[in-house]
Amino acid sequence: MFQDTVVIIPAYNELDTIFDVVSGLRNLYPELPVVVINDGSTDDTALEAGRAGAIVINHSFNLGYGATIQTGYKYALCKGFKFLIQMDGDGQHGPEDIPALIVMVKKGECDIALGSRFLGFGDYQSSFVRSAGVLFFRQLIRLLTAIKITDPTTGFQALNREVFSLFTRDFFPSDFPDADVITVLSRLKFEIKEVPVRMYPSSGRSMHHPFNVVYYLFKQLLSAFLIPIRSHQTYLKE
Amino acid sequence: MTTRQKVFAIVIAVSIFLLILELVRRGKLKEEYSWLWLLAGVIIILPVIKYEILAWLTQTIGAVVHTTALFLFAILFLILVGIFFSIRLSSLSTQVKNLIQELAIARLEIDELKRGKADT
Repeated sequence: MFQDTVVIIPAYNELDTIFDVVSGLRNLYPELPVVVINDGSTDDTALEAGRAGAIVINHSFNLGYGATIQTGYKYALCKGFKFLIQMDGDGQHGPEDIPALIVMVKKGECDIALGSRFLGFGDYQSSFVRSAGVLFFRQLIRLLTAIKITDPTTGFQALNREVFSLFTRDFFPSDFPDADVITVLSRLKFEIKEVPVRMYPSSGRSMHHPFNVVYYLFKQLLSAFLIPIRSHQTYLKE
Repeated sequence: MTTRQKVFAIVIAVSIFLLILELVRRGKLKEEYSWLWLLAGVIIILPVIKYEILAWLTQTIGAVVHTTALFLFAILFLILVGIFFSIRLSSLSTQVKNLIQELAIARLEIDELKRGKADT
């Protein structure tokens, strides 16, 4: 099932969780290569990830969440992988949900499968701000693309090579690739599907959730509204 | 424009010119960025050479006194310089990001090669 597939985990100061996340994956799927991209952590995240059996790529300094997963895409592209799974390093995502995600992409039912915490496994509790944000981006994506995405900020995804090679281009945001990236994919006619996944409580601060909510909202809004008036060439520029 | 004002403007413009040339000579400022500041020097000297330019500008924008036009265009110039640098900064940060990513992947490959060599 995991031929030509790689898991990438962006990590910034995830010392408490990274070992369990990587070893959990390695135990469950020994044949699946796990790549941890250490985004200039100030603790021993890289060491722990390596000890658990991950291939570790180290950024010289902190670049941000988007740039970190993009390093994973670039690695997967240059190593010739055909499929890619990305998940967070804070233990929020369960490795047992990986087959459901990757099967969708491998069967060709979609180009990108997004793991949604709001479909089926309904025990996920989130903060008011986060719920409001999710609701807002759902509507925004719906408005811009006419597709319904229940969990637009999910970091648990499976992608095929066409999608992750597109994401290695310069348009891909360095900070928070969420609603804007989904909108780009939809505009370029990629097939997007959601798959129900479990979401465990985050054991620490996730780098996917920004502190600066106002900046995040502004940035997503601006880029999402610019997408329809941008030329397709913007996304194909190296 | 009084002689005192003219002398002051010329001193400022010449100082900017000399400072920029010196910075370029010492290699602290690249030639490609120097033109912007040399242009600033020329703009300061313009009203000294031909005061009518300032008078015309003031009238065109509907200002009452010349100083308003002067300050307005000075601020406008600084805003444009700021935008120019923001553009440069955006492209530089993309370049730095790409470099760090490539370096990180290359470093991993070097480590793997070294390890492979050590094993054989």
